[in-house]
Amino acid sequence: MKAVPVTCVLLTAALLAPPSLSAQHPHQQPPPKPPAQKPAEDHSHHMHHEQPKDQPKEPIPPLTDADRAAAFPQALEGHTVHDKKLMYYVLFDQLEWQGTSTGGVNLETTTWIGGDIDRLWLRVEGETHDGDVEGVSADALWGRSFSRWWDVVAGLRQDIRPGDPQTWAAVGIQGLAPQWFEVQATGYVGAGGRTRARLEVEYDLLITNRLILQPLVELEIYGKRDPARGIAAGLSSLESGLRLRYEIRRELAPYLGITWDRKLFGTADLARASGEEAGRARVAFGLRTWF
Amino acid sequence: MSSHRVRPLAPADPSRRTFVKGLAAGGAVAGLGLWRQPSLWAQAQGLKPTIELSGTDFDLTIGETPVNFTGRPRIAYTINGSIPAPILRWREGDTVTLRVRNTLRREDASIHWHGILLPANMDGVPGLSFHGIHPGESYTYQFTVKQNGTYWYHSHSGFDEQKGLYGALVIDAAEPSPVQYDREHVVLLSDWTDEDPRRIFAKLKKQSDYYNFNKRTVGDFFRDVRQHGLSATLADRRMWGQMRMNPTDLSDVTGYTYTYLMNGATPHGNWTGLFTPGERVRLRFINGSAQSYFDVRIPGLKLTVIAADGQYVKPVEVDEFRIATAETYDVIVEPSGAEAFTIFAQSIDRTGYAAGTLAVRHGLRAPVPEPDPPQLLTMADMGHDMAGHDHGAMTAGAAAAADPHAGHHMPAAKPADPHAGHAMPAQPPKPPDPHAGHDMPKQPPAAQDPHAGHDMAAMTAGVQTHPASEQGNPLVDMQAMNPMPRLDDPGVGLRGNGRRVLTYADLRSVFDDSDGREPGRTIELHLTGHMEKFAWSFDGIKFSDAPPIRLQYGERLRVVLVNDTMMSHPIHLHGMWSDLENEQGAFMVRKHTIDMPPGTKRSFRVRADALGRWAFHCHLLYHMESGMFREVRVEE
Repeated sequence: MKAVPVTCVLLTAALLAPPSLSAQHPHQQPPPKPPAQKPAEDHSHHMHHEQPKDQPKEPIPPLTDADRAAAFPQALEGHTVHDKKLMYYVLFDQLEWQGTSTGGVNLETTTWIGGDIDRLWLRVEGETHDGDVEGVSADALWGRSFSRWWDVVAGLRQDIRPGDPQTWAAVGIQGLAPQWFEVQATGYVGAGGRTRARLEVEYDLLITNRLILQPLVELEIYGKRDPARGIAAGLSSLESGLRLRYEIRRELAPYLGITWDRKLFGTADLARASGEEAGRARVAFGLRTWF
Repeated sequence: MSSHRVRPLAPADPSRRTFVKGLAAGGAVAGLGLWRQPSLWAQAQGLKPTIELSGTDFDLTIGETPVNFTGRPRIAYTINGSIPAPILRWREGDTVTLRVRNTLRREDASIHWHGILLPANMDGVPGLSFHGIHPGESYTYQFTVKQNGTYWYHSHSGFDEQKGLYGALVIDAAEPSPVQYDREHVVLLSDWTDEDPRRIFAKLKKQSDYYNFNKRTVGDFFRDVRQHGLSATLADRRMWGQMRMNPTDLSDVTGYTYTYLMNGATPHGNWTGLFTPGERVRLRFINGSAQSYFDVRIPGLKLTVIAADGQYVKPVEVDEFRIATAETYDVIVEPSGAEAFTIFAQSIDRTGYAAGTLAVRHGLRAPVPEPDPPQLLTMADMGHDMAGHDHGAMTAGAAAAADPHAGHHMPAAKPADPHAGHAMPAQPPKPPDPHAGHDMPKQPPAAQDPHAGHDMAAMTAGVQTHPASEQGNPLVDMQAMNPMPRLDDPGVGLRGNGRRVLTYADLRSVFDDSDGREPGRTIELHLTGHMEKFAWSFDGIKFSDAPPIRLQYGERLRVVLVNDTMMSHPIHLHGMWSDLENEQGAFMVRKHTIDMPPGTKRSFRVRADALGRWAFHCHLLYHMESGMFREVRVEE
């Protein structure tokens, strides 16, 4: 065991052009030609080779009161760096027009404000179609990092549309899964024991360092049916998107994409019963921006 | 025209285009021969040429100066109106007096004398040494110079250093110089940005890879599949993806925003140092950048390194050296056979370079090399250098050159008892391994026998232990499993490049350990970080949350550093030397800044002979400001 680092050093020294390590390995070649004359030894350090090991060769200077005063000036408050500075991030992940023959505007933003561990998260979503507001909601969550890659979040969600406003208590996790998948999983409890869960996964695929393809999948599950909003119990919808953006700057990336949303199972049946389509594919043009 | 930027692309891609941005010289075109020859351009920009001031009395004024390095006018912070600040030439043994006036309108300011031994109240760290210099006020520094060599000085207030507050210190020896030379030039390397450094910090907090345009792409994936096969490529991507790390992550801030300067001149501005053929020229290299490592060479010339961090070393002849942020190297060259030679200092990530010329007269230029292709970090760089690792070969192969440590790995070290070495009777207990078994980071002074029978086996066979504060800590995104000193490793980007590259293993002080005592105790500190959060710390604890490290006045101790991150960190202790040890724990070279590449574990000795409160930190500005910092308090 002991020989390994030495072997390593020797082999590396042999691979690199010699010379090196003269002090450590006396059998190696002599040190290189000195520039002109060898730098003089520091004579002050060479006086006592045989001094006891617990006494410094160069004595520790005794301290005077002047030394003490200079060492600890009065009333210093300590140094500060920016390690507790409040930071923020506002991301318009989707700010887009979606449509085929008819269309609408889709907005998805994420904001955080806080430090490295604790942050306030705001997620705002809005969607219009044919001039009608289809959905508007906001999550206000306190988030705390509890491990390398994961935060726990808890707070409130307010749905403004569709239907009457609804308030939910929210709890979830978010973070970076292995292989760089960004994951959000949030569970909600609302009035009358309504429950709901959302899972969102997205990924950045680098075509180049500026041209980035972002696949995204969002699943929604409801615990109880809510016919007024066209929702059945169980897995209710899948939203997916594929957006190709070009980062002119990191903060400024126009994109185009396709989205495919599908109502599922009972929720799909309710949609079909009311004459709507269960699935909807659209193209999207938008701008991803943050500050 | 400023830094030449290389289009970010895959390391193995042979085609490279160089984009050029910016203007000629935003600053003074300066060299010793030119210090007093103000360039018209510099005057037009309001920036004064860097001059040399010598003597014992100095008046320095911190203020704002309009500059233009890139084609966009900006306001820099300057000392006496120049970037870099004036070269201060002191003489060992003199008592120097420096009156520093702060004319900034709203901000406190400070100047720290980097690597200088002095009383704590002269060290210039706001809150530890003094109160800082309030706007409109002055502070008088006065101390006796106890050393000689090449050093530098810079602001220690917030991000001000990045805005231009840095300059060279040259201290002549009381005795005649032990090295003969005919001429000398300071070569101060730095990084300029048009951005407000607070914006850079904020951007890194929001998106830590903001400035990295060299990440691996889909195209790189298919190239790797062709070169290494599908399964090796998938395994490689899976491994990096599992760690959520990026093997191209060499610099946090890159040529995307930086214009690299040599003595305040952009590459196009072409700082020129004169020589006469046959002369021996001493070049005093200083890395005065905020966040950049440089790889320096002068094509056509051998470099004889004679000093590191101001202290003489046994001369060693090389083709190239890496200079970590805040380090200094003194080099002797003997230019002959050509009229001009390019001093080429490429950034570690190869996104740009600083360049200037050694020439027999002004106006000459030698060919400027293309930056080398960037290499990828290897598993060894990540401190996961275990034999039989499935992915090491792939990672090394994807890089342009092989890891010199390939094949030198430990034979499949089992995740065993770190004290396994104790049971080996054949191993004598001395020399003690400085790196062994320091799983108690907070040992009380004198409570521990440093000769407690640890030997090298404990270090090499055992898996690295980590402080409890790192466990489950969201500020710690990786831990090195098997970090090694790797003093003889040229480092990522310099391996196998066909040039003789300086390593720490080449450095030997010309003097012995001036204290001579064996360290009485060991403090082990781990360099930690979270790349995605851009959070940096020691032992997973940021500066604001950490108590001071307390040293007893007069004690001799060993500091063991373990890099648990994937980046290099230049670690600087104020007020006292950091005497770097070799793998066996013996004194090797005296330094003030210890470079800690990823995957390394290195140790240095400290003689606590400076009473007071001292800063101890990573000298990458944005790492320091995000918390990779400690107060070291030397008390009676």
